[in-house]
Amino acid sequence: MLVFETPKSFKKDFKYSFCKGCDHGVAIRLIAELIDEMGLKGNTILTTSIGCSVTMYDFLDLDCIEAPHGRAMAVATGVKRAKPDKFVLTYQGDGDFASIGLAESMHAALRGENVTAICINNTTYGMTGGQLGPTTLMGQVTTTSPNGRNREYYGYPIRIAEQIALCDGTAYSARVSLDTVPNIKKAKAAIKKAFEVQLKGLGTGFVEILSTCPTNWNMTPEQAHERVRNEMMKVFPPGIYKDVTEE
Amino acid sequence: MAHIVIDENRCKSCYLCMAVCPKGLIKKSTHINNLGEYAVEFCDPNNECVGCAMCATRCPDLAITEVHK
Repeated sequence: MLVFETPKSFKKDFKYSFCKGCDHGVAIRLIAELIDEMGLKGNTILTTSIGCSVTMYDFLDLDCIEAPHGRAMAVATGVKRAKPDKFVLTYQGDGDFASIGLAESMHAALRGENVTAICINNTTYGMTGGQLGPTTLMGQVTTTSPNGRNREYYGYPIRIAEQIALCDGTAYSARVSLDTVPNIKKAKAAIKKAFEVQLKGLGTGFVEILSTCPTNWNMTPEQAHERVRNEMMKVFPPGIYKDVTEE
Repeated sequence: MAHIVIDENRCKSCYLCMAVCPKGLIKKSTHINNLGEYAVEFCDPNNECVGCAMCATRCPDLAITEVHK
């Protein structure tokens, strides 16, 4: 009996361009599995904007639109309002969602736009060479914070899932991790919930995914997952921060 | 019979699958694949694989393309 196969939503002969051990690959696979399972393939419009996350449209056989830097939620708003019967999804990194496009992201959630946003948090700008991003941890050394992030010069990191949960238009906001197999299964359940709130028309669905960037962290894939567990989860605790279906 | 199918030319040798297999059935290959990596291979001479699919769930590159139980 076949218990696992490559999701049908992937293009034939796709090639992931991510570095070895990067969790983007897992996150995109979970989204593809859910699009297959929920029968959304022909009805989905994907919006991406900038960073490693933007390459998602190279791998999935979906209708996609590329937004200007950080503006995926603004473009997704337009797509959803023009085509309210379509399933509209954004896939972004932390720098994209919570720094470059924070205003667009937060106001889309405040308006309660009926779209789903998936945000990968790897505490750095991965594609451009590991600069300090909005979620870089205190003390973390990056190429633009060579002495580590400090309060005086750089300020504090943003807790995205908590901030989005504070927006009245948000229907679901959760933070998950991909560091272990059980956590990958929990992540899939959270993404499914964020898909369902859009399909029910309840408001914005949001999932922040704690992910790794072994290349820019100068770690092996296994060490990077240990960092997620030991350092990131203390600052960014996984959990469900808002779920209107449970209220 | 439970087994997995590996597309060795997708494997980037992160070796995360080797750490999660409860039976230790995934091993480092001795030859280099198209990406210039020592990929992984499935070694199950005693039919110990239970088809749990933890390796495929963990693999970030979809190099484990099928799991049969």
